[in-house]
Amino acid sequence: MRRRDLLKRGTAFTAGVSLAALLKSCSTPSDSTSETTEGTEAASGNGAAATDATITVVSGGGFPNGLDLHQVGTNRPAYGISWCIYDRLVTFGTKTLPDGTLSYDYTDIQPELAESWEVADDEMSVTFTLRKDATFHDGTPVTANDVKWSYDRAVSVGGFPTFQMKAGALENPDQFEVIDDHTFKVNFLRKDKLTIMDMAVPIPAIINSKLVEPNVTAEDPWGLEWVNANDAGGGAYLIESFQPEERIVLVRFEEWKSGPPPQAQKIIELNVPEAGNRRALLERGDVDINFNLAEKDVKELKETGNFTVITTPIENCLYTLDLHAQPELKGEPNPFADVKVRQAVAYAMPYDAIVETAMYGQCVPMYGAENKEPSTIDWPQPFPYKTDIERAKALMAESSYPDGFDTTLAFDLGTKEWAEPMAVLTQEALAKIGINVTLEKVPGSNFRAVLVEKTRPMIINNFGGWLNYPDYFFFYSYHGQNATFNGSSYQNPEMDKLIDAALATAPGDPEYDKNVKGFLKMAFEEMPRVPVLQPFLSVVTQPNIEGYQYWFHRQLDYRQLRKV
Amino acid sequence: MARHSSVSMVGRRVLAAVPSIVGVVVITFLLARALPGDPAAYFAGPAATQEAIEEIRTSLGLDKSLPQQFVIYLQDLAQGDFGFSFTTGQPVVEDLSTRLPASLELTLAGLILSVSLALPMGILAATRPGSWVDHGVRILATAGVSLPTFFTGLLLVYVFYFRLGLFPAPLGRLDIIYSPPDSVTGFYLIDSLLAGDLELFWAALSQLILPAVTLGLFSLAPLARVTRASMLGVLSSDFIRTARANGLPPRMILFGYAFRNAMLPVITTMGIVFSFLLGANVLVEKVFAWPGIGSYAVSALVASDYAPVQAFVLIMSLLYVFLNLVIDLLYTVIDPRAGVES
Repeated sequence: MRRRDLLKRGTAFTAGVSLAALLKSCSTPSDSTSETTEGTEAASGNGAAATDATITVVSGGGFPNGLDLHQVGTNRPAYGISWCIYDRLVTFGTKTLPDGTLSYDYTDIQPELAESWEVADDEMSVTFTLRKDATFHDGTPVTANDVKWSYDRAVSVGGFPTFQMKAGALENPDQFEVIDDHTFKVNFLRKDKLTIMDMAVPIPAIINSKLVEPNVTAEDPWGLEWVNANDAGGGAYLIESFQPEERIVLVRFEEWKSGPPPQAQKIIELNVPEAGNRRALLERGDVDINFNLAEKDVKELKETGNFTVITTPIENCLYTLDLHAQPELKGEPNPFADVKVRQAVAYAMPYDAIVETAMYGQCVPMYGAENKEPSTIDWPQPFPYKTDIERAKALMAESSYPDGFDTTLAFDLGTKEWAEPMAVLTQEALAKIGINVTLEKVPGSNFRAVLVEKTRPMIINNFGGWLNYPDYFFFYSYHGQNATFNGSSYQNPEMDKLIDAALATAPGDPEYDKNVKGFLKMAFEEMPRVPVLQPFLSVVTQPNIEGYQYWFHRQLDYRQLRKV
Repeated sequence: MARHSSVSMVGRRVLAAVPSIVGVVVITFLLARALPGDPAAYFAGPAATQEAIEEIRTSLGLDKSLPQQFVIYLQDLAQGDFGFSFTTGQPVVEDLSTRLPASLELTLAGLILSVSLALPMGILAATRPGSWVDHGVRILATAGVSLPTFFTGLLLVYVFYFRLGLFPAPLGRLDIIYSPPDSVTGFYLIDSLLAGDLELFWAALSQLILPAVTLGLFSLAPLARVTRASMLGVLSSDFIRTARANGLPPRMILFGYAFRNAMLPVITTMGIVFSFLLGANVLVEKVFAWPGIGSYAVSALVASDYAPVQAFVLIMSLLYVFLNLVIDLLYTVIDPRAGVES
């Protein structure tokens, strides 16, 4: 219902109206607690004047390792660069979160390179009208042929991009049709509530196909290698220089038409591997933004009161303890197959200690709900467990393992800042109910292999989904298809039925509510994974930086940032 | 005679290096593949299915048998193709050509600093054994080697950048307002002088000082200790006693006779320290965001990114072979007997 509204509404938008709406929402104060200047806010609301400001950024979590998201192994930080050097057909609107900070709004699709679109009456296709005045960075006009080439590329290159396109039922080049230079049609394989949303994620970026063509080889028909090192976009910023693992300099593309002109003329992204130095640079005033910080730094920088600190719960992301739920593990009987054992673990977990020690309180607790049954379909929502050792002991006594057992807990050393304290606290707590845990520290690169192998009795998992639906999260982490992120290898046909039914319907549909509540309740009872908390994404900026907005891709949107 | 022997020695040395390089090629190839972890799973991205992982494996060529992969690797090597790094998204050759000079510049600066401090310290300590100078040198050297480099580095950053503001931010080889000089040698200090840009030279130098001091402090101990021990040994030998008895001036005895003879073990140690520093300055590179090969190799290793790891080990072993050759040649310069004997 809601989806149909927003799809139809897209057709009514003229570029001017929607841009004004976007700007207006951008101008709300970025942080309820920080005292930013109201006057400039109002002024910038009339169209953030382009200035010659330079914004310097350091961030945790790695450095972009390429410019082409379709290339194998492009990392998460690269999404942020791709996001501003390329346009997508559509993007998401902005909403204000309860704490006054800004976030993208996944229910609100806004025009970007497409100025309007229309969903066919049978809801089996959508036709986009592209902006007539849009050009790529080299001055070539953007045509529907570029769009088709880019979409064909995304569904054909294989690996993650193709996988992500499939999530929105975009699977085959035959689906994409060029009607004329500025009209592009996508035929749906089936009705899927994620299709249009999936066109607003970073993967289907519109690439300058004519520029790439001369660099295509027989081995590399999509020019991945060239695009990975060169700018083939038409987005709001263009690459001035890209030195891998050192720095990236972006400058504003003055001809950009697909949104309000960015305020900052130049963006410098520096690679500073050492967290302490990133913080020192911020405190000395040598950088404007320190993005994606460790919880400890966030807490301490907040206490100084000198900076704007914005923390946003990461949508659809949970730190969990996954318990392997298969009856056998490496040919041995598996204690965690016993639901009583799993519930006992859920009652034994030292939730408060983990939140305080591992996260410095910088997270949303996902435990302690009063009701055994979900009252809403909000996701994530707290599970009905809290630390209760007596209860845990009683459950252990009722289980098939009253005397306890020995087991292991694997965690990713790449996330050891929080995962190691969490693992140690869990180890201590489980010892109280007779479960002797040995910790297995897995180096960052090997952890993916651990997830794929699915041979560990317990792991600490931090899965988060891009598209913010509970059914999407459950499809990857509880569904019997046993995806990589189903760390508990949980398989239950009843659960699958509920998840599949929810995937096929959309929010607003009573069936959808019923199914989501159904699988939530089942997750509460079965506890193949013990959710502990929802982490934050943090950004700390100098007080003169405004306009930060949370995005599902967890990167900065440089187009929205302002320096005053 | 001496010239002839050193030419043939170089020839013999280079020939002797061939089997070790072949060995290195084979071993790095096998070791890289013996690393735990699955590169296909890693590069397939966060939400990949088994199917997606297999696709990646095929595209990386990892589905082929080991001998097949090895042949492909050798063919590429023969064409000077070191492969492609997935961690930086660049051809490995390009990465190494920008990173190796960065590491060499830093390591050489650290070594020069360390030598210029360690030699006088060692000599002073040797001429006054048991005195407060000797003890002072011992304490400084012990402190230098026992403080981990990342700690010294962070401490220097904290004091000289964060607190005092005397040095620029630890942001690699140049502050963000400068762009690198035209590359001739790849050493910013030399290239900026060649370009006649003194401001740039100063900018590069001020970025280099803190990491070079960090490295220098760390390598001070072995050099100072070896200099001291070697000088002590030489100073107590018969020919020095004879020289003293003959009334030669102390300066001449110390530098003309004793020091020259004490140099051999010092040079050997310098070679070891240099190669050690080149590989071991990973932590310093991380702390100072220095774009060197150490941090490059480690991030590749963490990602099971075979091509850069192999190239790194290969380049390092070539460098070691070359370094050993240079040291052997230095021996013959300092002590002509060395060349004849070998």
